[in-house]
Amino acid sequence: MNVPSPIGGVSSALAERPEHSPESPLSIHAVTVAYQRKPVLWDVDYDAPCPGPDGAGSLIAIVGPNGAGKSTLIKACLGLVARASGLVEFWGRGYRDARTRIGYVPQRESVDWDFPVSALDVVCMGRYRKIGWFRPVSKKHRAAALACLERVGMASFAGRQISRLSGGQQQRVFLARALAQEADLYFMDEPFAGVDAATERAIVDVLRDLRAQGKTVIVVHHDLQTVREYFDHVILLNMRVVAAGPVGEVFTNENLQKTYGGRLTLLSEAAEAIARGAGDR
Amino acid sequence: MLHGTADLATTLLAQADPGHARAGSLGRVADEWAGVGAWIETMAFRGGYNTNTVIAGTTLLGLAAGVVGAFALLRKRSMMSDALSHATLPGIGLAFLAAGALGFSGRSLGVLLLGAAITGVLGVLCVQGILRWTRLREDAAIGIVLSVFFGAGVVVLSAIQKNAPAGAAGLDKFIYGQTAAMRVSDAVLMGAIALVAVAAAGLMLKEFALVCFNDAFARTDGWAVTLIDLLMMGLVVLVTVAGLQAVGLILVVAMLIIPAAAARFWTDRLRVLVLVSGLIGALSGYLGSVTSSMLPRKPAGAVIVLVAGGVFLMSMLAAPRRGVIAVAWRRWIVRVRMAGDHVLEAGYENLRAGRPAARLSAEELGSLARERGSPAWFRTIVRRWLKSQGMVWSADGGLVLSERGIERGRTVWRNHALWEQYLISCADIAPSHVDWAVDRVEHVLDAPMIGRLEAALRDRGVALPDGGPA
Repeated sequence: MNVPSPIGGVSSALAERPEHSPESPLSIHAVTVAYQRKPVLWDVDYDAPCPGPDGAGSLIAIVGPNGAGKSTLIKACLGLVARASGLVEFWGRGYRDARTRIGYVPQRESVDWDFPVSALDVVCMGRYRKIGWFRPVSKKHRAAALACLERVGMASFAGRQISRLSGGQQQRVFLARALAQEADLYFMDEPFAGVDAATERAIVDVLRDLRAQGKTVIVVHHDLQTVREYFDHVILLNMRVVAAGPVGEVFTNENLQKTYGGRLTLLSEAAEAIARGAGDR
Repeated sequence: MLHGTADLATTLLAQADPGHARAGSLGRVADEWAGVGAWIETMAFRGGYNTNTVIAGTTLLGLAAGVVGAFALLRKRSMMSDALSHATLPGIGLAFLAAGALGFSGRSLGVLLLGAAITGVLGVLCVQGILRWTRLREDAAIGIVLSVFFGAGVVVLSAIQKNAPAGAAGLDKFIYGQTAAMRVSDAVLMGAIALVAVAAAGLMLKEFALVCFNDAFARTDGWAVTLIDLLMMGLVVLVTVAGLQAVGLILVVAMLIIPAAAARFWTDRLRVLVLVSGLIGALSGYLGSVTSSMLPRKPAGAVIVLVAGGVFLMSMLAAPRRGVIAVAWRRWIVRVRMAGDHVLEAGYENLRAGRPAARLSAEELGSLARERGSPAWFRTIVRRWLKSQGMVWSADGGLVLSERGIERGRTVWRNHALWEQYLISCADIAPSHVDWAVDRVEHVLDAPMIGRLEAALRDRGVALPDGGPA
């Protein structure tokens, strides 16, 4: 997987970039990711805004067409997929030093929901790193997990086996587990995908709550209609960052056209060529 | 396919050493089934010292395999353990050769099992390597590694049989297992392994559960997922290698998978699953070894697996919520109730149409049945069920609805009408296409959904069907 960077001289390229703030909860420097040598993210640069003077955090949407690398970007930040090149920093530090402050909501489809655990058991998993190795889940942590279920309106389903929850309820269980992590920076992979109206409202309420507490939340989002309503910042992504910044400035028709339109043919053709080159060898 | 390979192995070994291989073939029956009395005697540990040793050893092995197998099943590594067990065979042969070259006795069980563990793990690593560096899927990778390692084992073993007959006899016993040869020290070893398995499961239940359920989350949460995975795999290796002598490398995978799969039918709780899986494993080991000690030639490994298979079959059929019978029964009940609802709805419609009573004539019942396409025997059952519920009684070949029947008919009729209205006015479905869609949903609408339907219709200014709060 250690693919050499398709862009030459990363360090020299870095020097020319705008400086990254060490206080930023998330700075992505020149990240490139390739699957089977085929690049899916090219040279992504992004700095998440620091909490404002009022102490409020920010809600950031990652938006782009299918296959644009939205989930991959999150996974590259979290170290779940190998980066071909580049660097990700959290509050100016590496992932290892920062991960106790980072929470994650994976895609709902990524797990087997027939697993023999209850909703509360899943939320308790968010407390595990606070509990530590070998120790069982204490009453205190169980109560904290239950409070997180309460925040997403799922307290009455605490004892239910997870396969007997609806898709939206399962999504809320995942959100509650992330809340139980008590992080400062959250990554959420498509939390709104295929959920019912009640779940969508519950998630939005939780997101606004988190913002008020000064947290930064990065959400892979697929519904362009709700971007303006739900989020402060947006990253328009299609293999590379088309535009990023406050929703009011960046979320324009022109930028959306660039993200979803046909201007990327050369980029994807180059990616195909790199993949083909790998196959020929 | 696997058993074909094993047969080939036996044949090869038979050619190498005809006198030896006879014991492994299914030839003449030496002694007869000893009877139920002796069976019960053996169950009560009165079958003699050697028999008791075997029973204790296999019971403890079953316990360990059941506990460890629960995690292998949840991590979806069941087939991986099959590759592991088959990959142990070359290790056994090579360990024998290496020990001989170094001047040890090649028959030392510890040396052989160490060799088995080494090539077993090597086999698992090969599967991981193929998965990582190629685009092959897991099933293909496992199939390749399993057969190639087993083939290598057969070649090594037959070479040993040909060149070093003295002391080499019995290496092939690891293919099918030879439970009767279990000594006290082996039984103690099984006890130690069971203890390790139970202790690990108790101590690391939450870590194992986290990685089995959602390894990506565990990784981002800072857990050493690779280490936890290695521990789980290590337990599987331990049980597999320990089970080689008892049940043989072909069947040892069954001891890992079957108890866990059977236990899954009985519970939705992880802790209980691990416990029940261990108990089913122990029970299979116990009953299997007791039974096989009564049988000619004592094929304990196979009998243990058959007992476990019996427990699995029973669990699959009879488990209260997830079992096949329970699921089929629930579907059946729903089907009968829906058919009954249709009868009650038709009766209520007659009452609404101005008839003096909610009555359905024989012809009306007949046409209703034709419409639904249900056979006569099913109609009889539905009618009996409605009577047993006090919904209807018979009158002149037809049916008359009771108060309860009318009440239920009214509810069904109203839900039906509500849903129809909703589809037409809110979901843009053409009226002619509505009916097939409502046929089932009216039975499953619960109170909150009905409330939301009514609200949606009121918002659109659609008149609600009468017979309920407007």
